[in-house]
Amino acid sequence: MKYAGEFRDPALAKAMLATIKKQVADYSGVITLMEVCGTHTMSVYQHGIRNLLPQQIRLISGPGCPVCVTPIGYVDRAVAHARCEDVIIATFGDMVRVPGSSSSLLREQATGAQIKIVYSPLDAVALAEKNLEKKIIFLGVGFETTAPTIAGSIVAAKQKDLSNYFVLCAHKTMPAPMAALTSDPELQVDGYICPAHVSAVIGADAYKSLAEQFKVPCVVTGFEPLDMLKGVQMLVQQVLDGRAEVENEYQRIVKPQGNGKAQALLAEVFETCDSGWRGIGVIPNSGLRIRDEYRAFDAKVQLPVEAEEPKEHKGCLCGEILKGKLVPKDCPLFRMACTPENPVGACMVSSEGTCAAEYKYGC
Amino acid sequence: MCLAVPMKVVEIDEGTAICEIDGVRREGSLMMIDDVAVGDYVLLHAGFAIEKIDPVEAEKTLEVFRDALDAGLSAE
Repeated sequence: MKYAGEFRDPALAKAMLATIKKQVADYSGVITLMEVCGTHTMSVYQHGIRNLLPQQIRLISGPGCPVCVTPIGYVDRAVAHARCEDVIIATFGDMVRVPGSSSSLLREQATGAQIKIVYSPLDAVALAEKNLEKKIIFLGVGFETTAPTIAGSIVAAKQKDLSNYFVLCAHKTMPAPMAALTSDPELQVDGYICPAHVSAVIGADAYKSLAEQFKVPCVVTGFEPLDMLKGVQMLVQQVLDGRAEVENEYQRIVKPQGNGKAQALLAEVFETCDSGWRGIGVIPNSGLRIRDEYRAFDAKVQLPVEAEEPKEHKGCLCGEILKGKLVPKDCPLFRMACTPENPVGACMVSSEGTCAAEYKYGC
Repeated sequence: MCLAVPMKVVEIDEGTAICEIDGVRREGSLMMIDDVAVGDYVLLHAGFAIEKIDPVEAEKTLEVFRDALDAGLSAE
């Protein structure tokens, strides 16, 4: 795989690890680095990076999995829509197994609801064209990497004059939650591994105010193991130097200003709003909602539905795990009542959730 | 969810690129990027090419790793 395989070279990884070990050889404290992207979480576990690093460096996972941070009430609403006979729910695969208060989309599918897993939001638009008598509701979940693809689908549906394509929008944005976590006195984050493909859209400069205001180093880092190690090395160097800047390890993809066309597409269809994060609460200006000009495609506006009162599972510690305060092993449900086959919390459901990654790769 | 795959553009048909990796072909909308040519590598995510891959920058990054190796550093 070009542009992936080269960044997995074990010999180069060993050299980078040796560089990191040398860097912290005389450092007696602990440097805590947080990643805020589910794909980074997976990479850390998949490549065993946590165990390779010297003990002075602690890697923690933050609220980077969009499925995990989506409030349970959203799942309940999707379930309520799925129970309507004239509705087809179209979604990325991860959402169907997320437990709501008393059901999930997978369970609804087993009792006859129409749930289609799609690869692209444009496939959902095609589904709407083929099923004009049905209402197609796409579950708009994801950060800035994914949100422009949903914006693109809404623009495409408008061009095709479709009146049966809707989006149930719960998009979230970076870096607002990073600022919220940095302000949390109970959490010590010495540096951020900034999300790779979110940054391809928003640009490395998007973290400047975070780095300046909170004096926290930020490094945009790719997902391959060499990228991860280099990102760690750059963050550690900033900590040792007493610097707090934005640096970009992933320059083959991420530009300082990001992708202007993707940003324009986002701005065309969405506007910023306050948004509720599972386990964290409402964070100002951390979400996206559909603009009035595109309200014809907004499921929240066009398709009122009665959903059940949201109820979180008692004992589930997903909230604290999402904030990086606890690790999966701290949760009494982990590996016991909560497994990938029968997940209780969102962090176990999503393949990119911290608990699912710990279950699969942890030791 | 933010996983995206670096794929080679093998065909372009109006606003859509046919991209390939290891024999697997996928369509990618070009709604978000300009100036794509056959032979370029793009990052494909959920049916959209979200960015072009800069081959010069990729090589520069790899060079940094090779420098560390050349400096005689190796793991214990």
